[in-house]
Amino acid sequence: MDRAFLAIGVVMVASLAAIAYAIAAERLVGLFPNRHQPVVRPWLWLAPTLVLLLAFLVYPAIQTLYLSFQNANSTQPVGLANYQFVLTDQTMLVALRNNLIWVVVFTTLTVGTGLIVAALADRVRYESVIKAVIFLPMAISFVAAGVIWKFIYDFRPPVLPQTGTLNAALMALIPGFEPQAWLVNSPPFNNLALIAAAAWTWTGFCMVVLSAAIKGVPAELLDAARVDGASEFQVFRHVTLPTIAPTLGVVSTTMVIFALKAFDIVYVMTNGNFETEVIANRMYKEMFNVRDFGRAAALAVMLLAAVVPIMLINIRRFRQQEEGR
Amino acid sequence: MLFRFSGPIASVVMLAFLLAGCAPPAQRQGLQQVGGTVNVLAVWSGDEQASFLAMVEPFEDRTGIRVQYEATRDLNAVLTARVQGGNPPDVAGLPGPGQMIELARGGRLVDLSGVLDRNAMAAEYAEDWLKLGQVDGKQVGIFTKSALKGLVWYSPKEFNRAGYQVPRNWEELMTLSRRIAEGGTTPWCIGLESGAASGWPATDWLENIVLRQSGPDVYDQWHQGKIRWTSPEIRTAWETWGQIVANERMVLGGRQGILATAFGDAGNPLFTTPPRCYLHHHGSFITEFFTKANPGLKAGEDFSFFSFPQIDTKYGEAVEAAGDLFGMFKDTPQARELMRYLTSPEAQEIWVKRGGALSPNKKIPLSSYPDDLSRKMAETLTGAKIVRFDASDLLPEAMNSAFWRATLDYVNNPNNLASILGNLDQVQADAYRNR
Repeated sequence: MDRAFLAIGVVMVASLAAIAYAIAAERLVGLFPNRHQPVVRPWLWLAPTLVLLLAFLVYPAIQTLYLSFQNANSTQPVGLANYQFVLTDQTMLVALRNNLIWVVVFTTLTVGTGLIVAALADRVRYESVIKAVIFLPMAISFVAAGVIWKFIYDFRPPVLPQTGTLNAALMALIPGFEPQAWLVNSPPFNNLALIAAAAWTWTGFCMVVLSAAIKGVPAELLDAARVDGASEFQVFRHVTLPTIAPTLGVVSTTMVIFALKAFDIVYVMTNGNFETEVIANRMYKEMFNVRDFGRAAALAVMLLAAVVPIMLINIRRFRQQEEGR
Repeated sequence: MLFRFSGPIASVVMLAFLLAGCAPPAQRQGLQQVGGTVNVLAVWSGDEQASFLAMVEPFEDRTGIRVQYEATRDLNAVLTARVQGGNPPDVAGLPGPGQMIELARGGRLVDLSGVLDRNAMAAEYAEDWLKLGQVDGKQVGIFTKSALKGLVWYSPKEFNRAGYQVPRNWEELMTLSRRIAEGGTTPWCIGLESGAASGWPATDWLENIVLRQSGPDVYDQWHQGKIRWTSPEIRTAWETWGQIVANERMVLGGRQGILATAFGDAGNPLFTTPPRCYLHHHGSFITEFFTKANPGLKAGEDFSFFSFPQIDTKYGEAVEAAGDLFGMFKDTPQARELMRYLTSPEAQEIWVKRGGALSPNKKIPLSSYPDDLSRKMAETLTGAKIVRFDASDLLPEAMNSAFWRATLDYVNNPNNLASILGNLDQVQADAYRNR
């Protein structure tokens, strides 16, 4: 009960602190001569955010980079030894391979399904129902999604009744079907089981963003194309897709970043066993199980290095979009 | 313009601060009531959690201290994360003496000699149990529950019905297994799944094989990191285990079943009609899982055990013991009270009476055990000639988790044994640096 009071108190204090700061900043800006005000004002408004970013993002990133050149308990420098381990160790290579699978399959699945659903739902009356149903999984935490899908993939020896939804359903539909341990069998294909669970959660996001983009395509262009004799598919391919290309790019890069960061699903469902290891899970294990902070830092830096170029592409596209307005 | 809002804003700010500072009414201060809370972290969930909470209920009533219990199967990681983050639990189950050493050397554990009565401990615990909880001469961990490992569970009823005899050695065990397999049923039920700790039941298999095949000296060298995983004795132990797990006809569900079945559920097919397996290797605490999942089972009639069979007659009488170590991370009066309580015979007796627990405390009479079966287990624990503690719990953390993962890899692909053991050697080269 005291936690509820604390929560309410924190929310109220934080909001009021923000308002109080805004008021104080305005008073401060008012002290400057009028022609300087437009220059000073943005910096004052950005100041709290910049301070927080510096403290919680920039400083830890620099410190992680520093730690990645140190040994396990950060007492001695070891040069590039940690990076060498990260790029040559057997388990690490499996993790790198898996992340590559995640990037390709997860992005294709979420963006592809999102695009198809967005395009098709656009033409139907019950569109909002479809979109709500597909978006719903985004409301749950990824750990919860992992647990749900773990139950779905559950396996019992064939002589016992099956408790896993997938095995039970397939046994009912396909005569002679042998239940499979989806999370265990035939690596690397068991990664697809994990990716399916993650895609189920995230397709809603892609669909919603792409749906907004599709609706933003000017109707005159579509009508002009139809008048010129294009089939619906050709309209989609030659008019809609190029118009929504920037949004498609942004959504794809967001999904790629997520695929590189995937952790919760893997941790909950298999904990990286059976060759489903991913970089983020490996980093967690190095940090908390093995307690080798140098290696964990090296993994974090590697992940950052993989993500930064994609983020830069994202930002550039976003800027292009903004300029196009 | 902004001044117009200053009045309401000020009053709302004051209200917010008031609410944030609000606390529940203070605990009742009675004669023996201390009040407050104590934060506990351990691996027990489900039925085991219910037993632990039942164990601390008299403590809560008597002292007014509220026990906030948290369970996680991934104890190693969660404990490390909280300790590193400066937010350790007050009292926590420790993953094993191996990791306890690492925590103690890092200065994270409170010296218990100031908390527990040394004379009482010496009178209630055998020297060996106390020594396992000591690091550099300081008592930092104490056992609240013990267990016997290396027991093979079977259903006497089903054995009688099928005409099977309890095997006396490994040869007879394999003959019996083959006989059951030819009869059309898989002889063994094995389950290794346990969330982030998956693979730990397999370590019990290998430990018992090493102990009985190569003897206690090799066993000691093994967990101390003094012989390699690729050495012939250890390799032979894995291959011996492979006689069962690598053979699809030997285990219910085959390799998939082993990897995908949760350890607590794995023994249930012993009791189906008709039984789907006849043999299940597990520690003494599995009885709690049996009785909760299959109500109406009678100890001794529906389920019983025989000790892991001899492999080399030289080492016949060895027994593997394990236990739950508790340590204190924060020195608060409430934590001290809880530690004193958990080590007392009356507390441990509560779980013992519920079943599934053995106690290392000498003051607990055999009559507290709920049935003959538990009494037999308690006597085996105290009366054995050669006793060794669970090797995987004595390993350094990195070695332990690599061991777990290696067992899963082996079951998944028994042909990879050489490279699996090679990897374990690499981890071993690095893992003992803090010893």
